[in-house]
Amino acid sequence: MKLTLRVWRQRNTDAPGAMASYEVDGISKDMSFLEMLDTLNEDLILRGEDPVAFDHDCREGICGACSLVINGDAHGPERTTTCQLHMRSFADGDTIDVEPWRASAFPVVKDLVVDRSAFDRIIQAGGYITAPTGSAPEAHATAVPKPDADSAFEHAECIGCGACVAACPNGSAMLFTSAKINHLNVLPQGSPERETRVLDMVARMDDEGFGGCTLTGECATACPKGIPLPSIAAMNREWLRAVRKG
Amino acid sequence: MSTEYAAYTTGDPIADTKAPGGPIAERWDRRRFEAKLVNPANRRKHRVIVVGTGLAGGAAGATLAEQGYHVVQFCFSDSPRRAHSIAAQGGINAAKNYRNDGDSVHRLFYDTVKGGDFRARESNVHRLAQISVEIIDQCVAQGVPFAREYGGLLDTRSFGGVQVSRTFYARGQTGQQLLLGAYQALSRQIAAGNVEMHARTEMLDLITVDGVARGIVVRDLVNGKISTHYADAVVLASGGYGNVFYLSTNAMNSNATAVWRAHRRGAYFANPCFTQIHPTCIPRTGDHQSKLTLMSESLRNDGRIWVPKAKGDTRPAAEIPEAERDYYLERIYPSFGNLVPRDIASRAAKNVCDEGRGVGPGGQGVYLDFADAIRRMGRDKVAEKYGNLFDMYERITAENPYEVPMRIYPAVHYTMGGLWVDYDLQTTVPGLFAIGEANFSDHGANRLGASALMQGLGDGYFVLPSTINDYLARHPHHDEVDDSHPEAAAAVRETRDCLAKLLAVDGDRTPDSFHREIGELMWEYCGMARTEEGLRKALARIPEIREEFWRRIKVPGSGEEFNQSLEKANRIVDYLELAELMCLDALHRAESCGGHFREESQTPDGEAARRDEEFGYAAAWEYRGTAAAPVLHKEDLVFEYVHPTQRSYA
Amino acid sequence: MVLTVNGMALATRTDRRPSTTRTIWDSTVGKKSVMAVSGLIMLGYLVVHMLGNLKIFFGADEFNGYAHWLRTLGSPFLHHEWALWIVRVALVAAVVAHAVCAYQLSRRDIKARPVKYAHKRRRASYATRTMRWGGIILALFIVWHLLDLTTLTVNERAWAGHPYENVLATFSTWYGNTIYIVAMAALGLHVRHGFWSAAQTLGAGTARRERTLKFLADALALVLFAGFVSVPVAVMTGMVS
Repeated sequence: MKLTLRVWRQRNTDAPGAMASYEVDGISKDMSFLEMLDTLNEDLILRGEDPVAFDHDCREGICGACSLVINGDAHGPERTTTCQLHMRSFADGDTIDVEPWRASAFPVVKDLVVDRSAFDRIIQAGGYITAPTGSAPEAHATAVPKPDADSAFEHAECIGCGACVAACPNGSAMLFTSAKINHLNVLPQGSPERETRVLDMVARMDDEGFGGCTLTGECATACPKGIPLPSIAAMNREWLRAVRKG
Repeated sequence: MSTEYAAYTTGDPIADTKAPGGPIAERWDRRRFEAKLVNPANRRKHRVIVVGTGLAGGAAGATLAEQGYHVVQFCFSDSPRRAHSIAAQGGINAAKNYRNDGDSVHRLFYDTVKGGDFRARESNVHRLAQISVEIIDQCVAQGVPFAREYGGLLDTRSFGGVQVSRTFYARGQTGQQLLLGAYQALSRQIAAGNVEMHARTEMLDLITVDGVARGIVVRDLVNGKISTHYADAVVLASGGYGNVFYLSTNAMNSNATAVWRAHRRGAYFANPCFTQIHPTCIPRTGDHQSKLTLMSESLRNDGRIWVPKAKGDTRPAAEIPEAERDYYLERIYPSFGNLVPRDIASRAAKNVCDEGRGVGPGGQGVYLDFADAIRRMGRDKVAEKYGNLFDMYERITAENPYEVPMRIYPAVHYTMGGLWVDYDLQTTVPGLFAIGEANFSDHGANRLGASALMQGLGDGYFVLPSTINDYLARHPHHDEVDDSHPEAAAAVRETRDCLAKLLAVDGDRTPDSFHREIGELMWEYCGMARTEEGLRKALARIPEIREEFWRRIKVPGSGEEFNQSLEKANRIVDYLELAELMCLDALHRAESCGGHFREESQTPDGEAARRDEEFGYAAAWEYRGTAAAPVLHKEDLVFEYVHPTQRSYA
Repeated sequence: MVLTVNGMALATRTDRRPSTTRTIWDSTVGKKSVMAVSGLIMLGYLVVHMLGNLKIFFGADEFNGYAHWLRTLGSPFLHHEWALWIVRVALVAAVVAHAVCAYQLSRRDIKARPVKYAHKRRRASYATRTMRWGGIILALFIVWHLLDLTTLTVNERAWAGHPYENVLATFSTWYGNTIYIVAMAALGLHVRHGFWSAAQTLGAGTARRERTLKFLADALALVLFAGFVSVPVAVMTGMVS
């Protein structure tokens, strides 16, 4: 396959950026999208140019590092992470636009790399259960109904990649935040901090400069792990409940 | 040059002086009791550096901060949540005996020592088995959503190499859930100001003062700034070195730099040749392959492994009748069948492929077939258990494993070797600790499935936080060290020089091309089967590659910016030395054991033949300079409770 | 830029929390809740308003009588037109709260995503757009509607106390019909996403209720649109004269 790539290039956070065009040839359909970018970078290095910077690590779709907007879609045309997107999803001769996540809470670090530390700070605000090491009761002391355990798991699957924010026209982090709240608040272990958790995490989310939710549903469509849109309604329910309880 | 390197010398034997004697079940209690404690009020005056935020590092950072220490923690990713522990799929072992199937702490201990082919330290393994039950309690309390039964209690499954059902799991994402638990605990401490977290910051050297670990040199990966951090103790939780093979199941950025530079500063490196080749990975598709993807070993619980009986049979799987299939694991190992330990399953796959019976492109694959499981349990039940793995397989290969059998092939997955540590997890450099995959401690020559998560969390939550107290209590008042100290200044200078040298070569080969070359060499000669001849070839070739590297490497850009090529090249510098030590270790260990298979040492039916009399020790190597012959220190392994036998899974 | 969060002691587990009102007003989720509640108040009013409008099909006497009754509602406990003024004040409060929150949230949303993607997608954010532009259209319409049929400032007939005749006057002009029908179309779209969105914001949305809520939103939007638009259509076709 031969492709034209239009890639966002930006030296650092403060520098202006622009789209730049590159031709890549000899691309196999079995390559992952990132392996295609590796090929481009090998060429660029040999030509003495600066290779394209992008975040990636596990390349198994679980670490959440990769973060490319491909032809306007976060993680590209398939419902998966960029690293699990393969070139068979494209056709020979295609022009592909590659851009970084866009949100003011995710400033560009270089090229396609953005700073997602705002997510870490949302978790730091309450996305945990206070259970210091050594203080744990026997694991079977508390039974958790299977539906609750399954629901907690489905929300805990979030990989923190930020595709929800990238896809949202408002740059909102509601789906990310709701995933963690719904993971922990449904469990009996998480219930003592149920109210403070949702209040603190939502407040931190707002402070980080993410937009509000207008329920466009773009986040859930882009989510590679299938965190569902009703997750947001469930978080709102938790939040209102916490506000009512004062 | 290579003959010089291979002519290593043997130094004084080393002994683990910290493991107490007495009955094995009481040793950990005794050690904890004998250890000195730091007064809680004094703890916040102690700084502890933790490098890495995986299961071991994340758990250790959180726990040390909870105890009141001031933790300074580093990871090269943009967030501590991305450490590669997150990719572990199958599960975590614990001797809970919830299934009433005869499990116990002693059985987990026994299975681990035996699974490691009698090359692990008994005291450590027993402690790990004891702690395993506490790990599950801790994780449940943190809200880790383990799989549960309809009654609301925890579900377990059996895993490769054992006959009890002791593996706790969260669908195929156990590592992710355990890591997020540790990450959340760490996040709580970051918010409380007890952990100073430096993301996108990579450790490039260890600072020792008078032989004691006092700090590290790091590079800020965003702006390239080199800086130093000082502490009363340094904990390395930087993971394994499987990426020396280029293609492995490790994450792209997993690397050996932290442990290797610590090794250069005096920490012995133990059993570097003990690498685990995982039997169930997705085969490679071509030269563009950048990494390999693991399919959880749990698939072997319900999938059946086979190849055609005839050589060169290229019919599609569905057209090969039952009578013409060879379910070779079930045939050779009737009692364990498809659940034999990883090293055995991997080697068996290699053997049938070497015979020309492999399937798929290039004949480098075997079938893992779920047709029987789907008939027996129904498609829905199979999807519930393995759905995410099947989806992942289909995404990568574009083949539907519900319809056609998966194709799998072994790949480098885990490194049992690592920095030598004593019972307290302290390296040979006082004040330097190594935990998780970064150390060599508990798995011997082969790690059992679902035991890496157990060891990482065991070290991080329970072992290190207890043992480091003793060190800090015994070394209460360190002199202040700063950048003006000659040893600190030297470490910074050497770090800068190395980066400057990489940038200055301006040659004509990319970092990846060298990484691929060294990786292919290692896979060929230091992979699943090793020979003296091959290892000697590799030892002759590595210095040549190293020489070429420093002549032809091309790293664009500068050191004062975000520069992923520079990061990569700097890691390859260490692989080029580590690879040499791995080959030397593999050459010197003229026996087969666990993941280390020397073709010269096998039983008549092709199984690994150990030579306990000569090699019943852990090999700890002392660094003497690039290309200089290292010094071997032997730690004799004493087996009081599990008598070494020829492993048999037949 | 250093991407560390060292020493960042985030305000967690604070014993002193802001007041409930502050918490609601300072939060995007809170402001959305205010929008949801005020939106539902207006929606309830619209349903009643629309049903009242349908009285026009029973002739001038019944319609004008209904208008008169609205002024005497609650009498003798309430003074003349007091009930009407209570409703008006509540509505003004709802409109103002709804609009202020919408304005503040929209500004925030635009600020949160200042750089657009170079690659434009076909799947545009239909809902957000209809809500923002639809909201502005509706606000302008309300002003016109009040000047036309409440204060009678712009009504061509302007016969106080005779709403039936005033309505007929409005819908006998081309611009009266156009403005009204366009505004009702905007209303339908606004209610369609707004009702469902309010349900989500107030936490009523679950995976199981998803279809029911979407159906309810569609039904409400359609009934309101049809009910309101039936009046100008009837006037235009001569059914009501």
